[in-house]
Amino acid sequence: MADARLLERMPAAEAKPVRRLRETRLGGSLLRLVSPLAILVLWQLASVSGLLSPQILTSPVAIAATAARLVASGELLTGLGVSFLRVVAGFMIALVVGVALALFAGLSRLGETLVDPPVQMLKAMPFLGLLPLFILWFGIGETPKIGMVAFGSVFPIYLTLHGGIRGVDRKLIEAGRTLGLGTAGIIRHVVIPGALPSLLVGVRYGLSIAWLSLVVAEQINASSGIGSIITYARDFLQTDVIVVCLLVYALMGLLTDGLVRLLEAYALRWRPAVTA
Amino acid sequence: MSVLVDIQGLSRDFGAAPVLDRISLAIQPGEFVALLGRSGSGKSTLLRVLAGLDEAPAARVVLPKRRSIVFQEPRLMPWKSVADNVALGVSNAHASGAVSRALADVELTHRRDAWPLTLSGGEAQRAALARALVREPELLLLDEPFAALDALTRLRMQGLVRELWRKHRPAVLLVTHDVGEAVALADRILVLDRGRFRREVAVELPHPRRHGDPCAAALETELLRELGVELSDHHSIPEPERTH
Repeated sequence: MADARLLERMPAAEAKPVRRLRETRLGGSLLRLVSPLAILVLWQLASVSGLLSPQILTSPVAIAATAARLVASGELLTGLGVSFLRVVAGFMIALVVGVALALFAGLSRLGETLVDPPVQMLKAMPFLGLLPLFILWFGIGETPKIGMVAFGSVFPIYLTLHGGIRGVDRKLIEAGRTLGLGTAGIIRHVVIPGALPSLLVGVRYGLSIAWLSLVVAEQINASSGIGSIITYARDFLQTDVIVVCLLVYALMGLLTDGLVRLLEAYALRWRPAVTA
Repeated sequence: MSVLVDIQGLSRDFGAAPVLDRISLAIQPGEFVALLGRSGSGKSTLLRVLAGLDEAPAARVVLPKRRSIVFQEPRLMPWKSVADNVALGVSNAHASGAVSRALADVELTHRRDAWPLTLSGGEAQRAALARALVREPELLLLDEPFAALDALTRLRMQGLVRELWRKHRPAVLLVTHDVGEAVALADRILVLDRGRFRREVAVELPHPRRHGDPCAAALETELLRELGVELSDHHSIPEPERTH
């Protein structure tokens, strides 16, 4: 039997070309850092020489000092906590609603007829423009901010999961049926895992929209959170604080995206492309 | 015990052309039947009815409850390990023992935790076979299960299927367009052509049937002629010219 197994084994990929590729990639990414660093140096020089007024943009060194001060005072972390919770709350609502709608539309003809057309229409709406309406409806508390986050991120979740469910291999569904799986079994063992890769793409995209919605919603009115720090800094021409807050938004976006990628690597470990 | 599969007057058509034309088919328990036919002869359509994937209105269809099918592609769920794929076939609480036995049957115990996409073609098809056998089917349907495998793996799989059939004794319906495969494995061969059974042959050669056995070769030539392939003499095929 052992011989036959050997015959079946696929030839292992050669390691050498892969390693060479990785070396050049590392060299390439170092090379790519050159021009951003040069821009930082030029920016600092312009600020020091007085060409760039701090009222327009503070120097990188001053921004770093401000960041350290804001972190030390706890102001930044408190604001960050508030903003983060808004994103989490809004995104969770979007996840539940988006998944529920996509399952309904993707799995039943009735759902497809009822749910898909209005969602496709709403998707065409520039959702950031809805903010004035949200403020009229919900006032200026947490609700319009969380609502904006939820409304913005529900579409990518719905669309990707709906597409994923539609794209599940018919042959696998057929195989499931011949194994005696009922509708619930097919959904659980075939449709959901088959649509999961698409859903995770939607979750990553939805999270980036969530942060974007939050930034816009927090700029308009906020008494707490990163947005209120920015509003306050704007009134006092503190460009350094504004830049620090923007960097924090960017970092949070990267962080949440990284978390989803970790989840993706685990949930999709059956795909050779992901584990490799 | 009466017949296991009893089909009478089964017709199907897609548009104008009839795919199956008043087919009748009976299979006894434990019988190994091969269904030969060219592409488009209706053999896959017939198999889908037997698998319960397609309805058969206006026909009398008696099928056993426990049926399994192995397709040309393994159709394993790529997100489930080999063992979990096999476990899909059984729903009771004693699944794990049955899964282990089925994997041992197809000599795949060492790959039980592997992801399907990391399996070779032969391994994946053995996993699919285990998933079908774990259901202890009374009727095992094989839809050209070896067609996508390389020649060496195919021979080995044929041996394995025959061996498992002898051990578990399900009725087998093997759909194939490989005449040699049908002659090597089956006890009865049906030739399907344009929606009708054109020929039925009982194969009474002893097992194991060796390749190149003159009786088997004669039968193969005859069946090939039935399928529209004329071979006056195996050795008269001109060898390709060698260029040096």
